[in-house]
Amino acid sequence: MSAVWFVVTRLTRDRSALIGLVLIALLVLSAALAPVLATHPDDVFELHPSERLAAPSGAHWLGTDRMGADVYSRLLFGARITILIGIIAVGASLAIGVPIGLVAGYHHGWLSDLLMRVSDIFLAVPQVVLAIAIAQTLGPSLPNVILALSVTYWPWFARVVYAETRALQKEIFVESTAALGASPWRLTVLHVLPNIASPIIVRASIGMGFTILTAAALGFLGLGPPPPTPEWGRTIAESREFLPDAWWYATAPGLAIFLTVMGFNLLGDGLRDVLDPRLRRSRTARDG
Amino acid sequence: MAELLAVRGLRVDFATDRGPAQVLDGMNLDIETGEVVGLVGESGCGKTTLARAILGILPEGAARIRAGEVRFKGTDLLREDPGAVNDRVRGRAITFIPQDPFTSFSPVFPVETQIMDLMKWKSPRARNGGGPASILARYPRARHRADREAVLEILRAVQIPEPARALRRLPHEFSGGQRQRLMIAMALLPRPDLIIADEPTTALDVTIQAQILRLLRALVKERGVSVLFTTHDLGTAHEICDRVVVMYAGQEMEAAPTDAFFGRPAHPYTRRLLMSVPSPGGEIRDIPGEVPSLVAPPSGCRFHPRCDYATAECRDVRPALRALAGAHGVRCHHPVDAPAGADP
Repeated sequence: MSAVWFVVTRLTRDRSALIGLVLIALLVLSAALAPVLATHPDDVFELHPSERLAAPSGAHWLGTDRMGADVYSRLLFGARITILIGIIAVGASLAIGVPIGLVAGYHHGWLSDLLMRVSDIFLAVPQVVLAIAIAQTLGPSLPNVILALSVTYWPWFARVVYAETRALQKEIFVESTAALGASPWRLTVLHVLPNIASPIIVRASIGMGFTILTAAALGFLGLGPPPPTPEWGRTIAESREFLPDAWWYATAPGLAIFLTVMGFNLLGDGLRDVLDPRLRRSRTARDG
Repeated sequence: MAELLAVRGLRVDFATDRGPAQVLDGMNLDIETGEVVGLVGESGCGKTTLARAILGILPEGAARIRAGEVRFKGTDLLREDPGAVNDRVRGRAITFIPQDPFTSFSPVFPVETQIMDLMKWKSPRARNGGGPASILARYPRARHRADREAVLEILRAVQIPEPARALRRLPHEFSGGQRQRLMIAMALLPRPDLIIADEPTTALDVTIQAQILRLLRALVKERGVSVLFTTHDLGTAHEICDRVVVMYAGQEMEAAPTDAFFGRPAHPYTRRLLMSVPSPGGEIRDIPGEVPSLVAPPSGCRFHPRCDYATAECRDVRPALRALAGAHGVRCHHPVDAPAGADP
């Protein structure tokens, strides 16, 4: 608990990390409170053809779309989908990539080579292209987008964990733990993993931004969840034919994607600095 | 005094791209109970390999033990069951002080966690054996309390101020000298018979070095613990050791009590080594020639290509051990009988 509090207080001292933290807090709040904050919560599924493409006004803060739905309300509900995709895809990538990286880093030999060459194959193809191929094959739906993103993002975690594990094996404390008879399981999970938690957390934060951006790209290409889901990427794709007259239609989700991705990247950079254990002061030192 | 450790004819090869490198070739070493033995040699002469061979932690795959024995309290560790060695010897009867105190602690856990983790498995109060260590193994409370008392006591002995408070700190909050003191404390905690100290002061300031060396010597003498102290620094060896063994290219050349070693070195290599120590006003004299390749080492005495006294015999036959007065042994066909520094 105190460790979490420590990280948060330190993050707030760094301006760009603070901006990232605020952006993500706003995203989470709008997703959580979407039904409360939305001015037209029913517009996610209802059509009002008579009010289509209305400019921003007191009734519709960010205007309306081609179906006459309130852009602002749909934006809030879209945040839910964005967070859902990000968390599940990054979580699944962690669940696949971290164990693979640990095994490959600890093991010296064919198994390690095999695992790393497989992850190389995934990294050789641009993530967007691979995700498009997978999502296209499986058909456009929310679970398939998440699956496509998880399957393409795990090699990043495997790479980071592998490299850090290998580097740690040269440290005396790891070698001596092994020499004293610790099992590979104990060594990697109890001794190596805590030492590489920071790069994993940083990578996860940046990965959230990256995954959300790719998800938006898939949605833009029509491979995301089908309408009327208020997915941000799809909304931008729909708005194209009404540009430049209905500028608000594309601008709102575009800005939302931009701010979200930037928020996660700034937070990731801030975490990188804060989580360096050498900057950590124990309670004793601070008291004394 | 009684024999504690005896290394006999140890041969270790390392696989390299150009073929097996004979890193240790018929190496012999004796350590008696309560004795501080210095193992001196240039970088790459096999000091660390010997230390690792005794501890049984040679890199798997790369290193191969071809011959010899490592007899510790009468049992040959090389032929003993690895599980038993791990249970009773490594980390218990033989402990280790590493060269670099900066990477020897995990940076993310407080020192207390790491020392108590060691005590959980290697405390002298812990039962021996019990099969492979389980992740779910409990640390009995009474023993934990007793072990913690022992830890605080030993921290006071290595002069860590405010030990209880120090335990809660993270490793980076200690200086290099303090970290090496913690390492010495951890090496003493299992109440070992032998500590292998691999150049423990190389990474430290000269002033700190002397402090740490005096502390280490006092602590092991008090407890009757033997030490194998590897170093390339002759001054350090002079400071701390009862006896010095000189190694060259994987073979021992000379073994003598410290006074005899520095006063009347008999081996030409030892004499060259002592002369190469820079002295105020004196010129620096290195040893002519190069450290030999271990893939295709010189025959006979491995020092013969660089030796002033070498004859055909040196090229063909490795010299047998020649006993001189006062437990002084030398492996040379043409030992020098003169005080140090009296060379041409």
